[in-house]
Amino acid sequence: MKNVWTVFKRELNSYFTQPIAYAIIIIFLLLAMVFTFTLGNFIEAGDASLTYSFFLYLPFSLMILVPAVGMRLWSEELRTGTIELIGTYPISLWSVILGKFKAAATVWLVAIALTFPIWITVNWLGEPDNMAILSGYIGAFLLACTYLAITLLVSAFTRDQVVALIVSAFLIIVVTLATFGPFVQTWAIIFPTPVKDAITAIGPWDHFLSLARGAFRLQDFVWFLSVILACLLGTSAILSAKRA
Amino acid sequence: MIEVENLTKKFGTKTAVDHLSFSVRKGEVLGFLGPNGAGKSTTMRMVTGFLPPTHGEARICGISVIDRPAEAKSRVGYLPESAPLYNDMTVIGFLRFVADIRRLSGAAKREAVERVIDTCFLQSVAHQSIDTLSKGYRHRTCLAQSLLHDPEVLILDEPTDGLDPNQKHEVRQLIRRLGETKAILFSTHILEEVEAACSRAVIVDRGKIVVDGTPSELVEKSGTGSLTDLFRQVTTRDTEETADAA
Repeated sequence: MKNVWTVFKRELNSYFTQPIAYAIIIIFLLLAMVFTFTLGNFIEAGDASLTYSFFLYLPFSLMILVPAVGMRLWSEELRTGTIELIGTYPISLWSVILGKFKAAATVWLVAIALTFPIWITVNWLGEPDNMAILSGYIGAFLLACTYLAITLLVSAFTRDQVVALIVSAFLIIVVTLATFGPFVQTWAIIFPTPVKDAITAIGPWDHFLSLARGAFRLQDFVWFLSVILACLLGTSAILSAKRA
Repeated sequence: MIEVENLTKKFGTKTAVDHLSFSVRKGEVLGFLGPNGAGKSTTMRMVTGFLPPTHGEARICGISVIDRPAEAKSRVGYLPESAPLYNDMTVIGFLRFVADIRRLSGAAKREAVERVIDTCFLQSVAHQSIDTLSKGYRHRTCLAQSLLHDPEVLILDEPTDGLDPNQKHEVRQLIRRLGETKAILFSTHILEEVEAACSRAVIVDRGKIVVDGTPSELVEKSGTGSLTDLFRQVTTRDTEETADAA
């Protein structure tokens, strides 16, 4: 546990002593606000909720920005050779993976928490269901963590950060958009209902949206946590296999 | 202290290290010589627990690197060939990070960090960011991380590579001094270094040990009094290898 903390501290420091975390957080906040006040129709809709004005558009900025935070996690170690140091220290690979993942997740916790002015605004303008908003925030954080876990797995394959960024963003966009409303309608025409339902259950969109609506369904938590765990275990398997 | 038995590493069909056996006792400095691609770095990576061997066994202070990696690794200090470092950290920040991983804390941590900064002459750059360091300082910073927990076993992959003659001299002196109380395995291309720092040397070629002895024995074996001549007699040049393949 102590080793996870040591790695976590190093990685988090590295994010905040370099411009990367600040740049990404600022761009994320700008995009979140732009989406909310343009596409989201936050003011005109006159709806005291954040589901369709704010949360609905978060996946679009997260799809690109999360891989930008996670791309360096293993690629950089592979490129500079520091993996050889880490690999000969008396700490387990698993604690390094957890430490790195938690550090990048913390960057996203900060980024998502910094959207709080929108929560203050909606409370000032009306009387929203704050529990539903909390549920939406948890959903947004879990979605960011899921994207991050996918990026971590991809970055274990390559020493090139740009490749890690492009491949993980591509994978994330595909799995997310495959379950996005307009596409699901297409699946409904092409495939029989059970197949369409299966596709929507596999992708993140439905699970995220149900949390964004304030439905606290156990199955959504199970979905997010199992995808994250699977990707972290996959990362461990890839890194071990690379050395054999 | 270091015991290697029948250590073998195959990458696909290519055998990088072929049933290598040797041992290094406490107070001994073993020089590891051989042409590029002879399997020196691969052997070191297996002994430090970074690469799992295909066959064979490596033990540090009697502890198997394969069966009890964490215990074995805690007794080894390792300087990898390219001296990799976290470029976004300062020298002292990096050393503190390694101290945390080595389970040093409080006064012990402070003293260990100060000691290696002294030993490796890093005072002037201690608070400098690693990515601004010259090659010599980078190398010494990486050497410092290997000494931090005062390990019983030191494994140094080309510790003098890329250093200027003064720095080379200092590092050789340091290896000699540390070798009195530790078991040291270090690889090099510079044959004078064998006489300057080693108590014993082996020459490795194509994954096998071809010569083993004290520096004076090696000089004797050469017949001409020159280690370079011996080296050229017993090892395969990469130009020959290509000719073989053709």
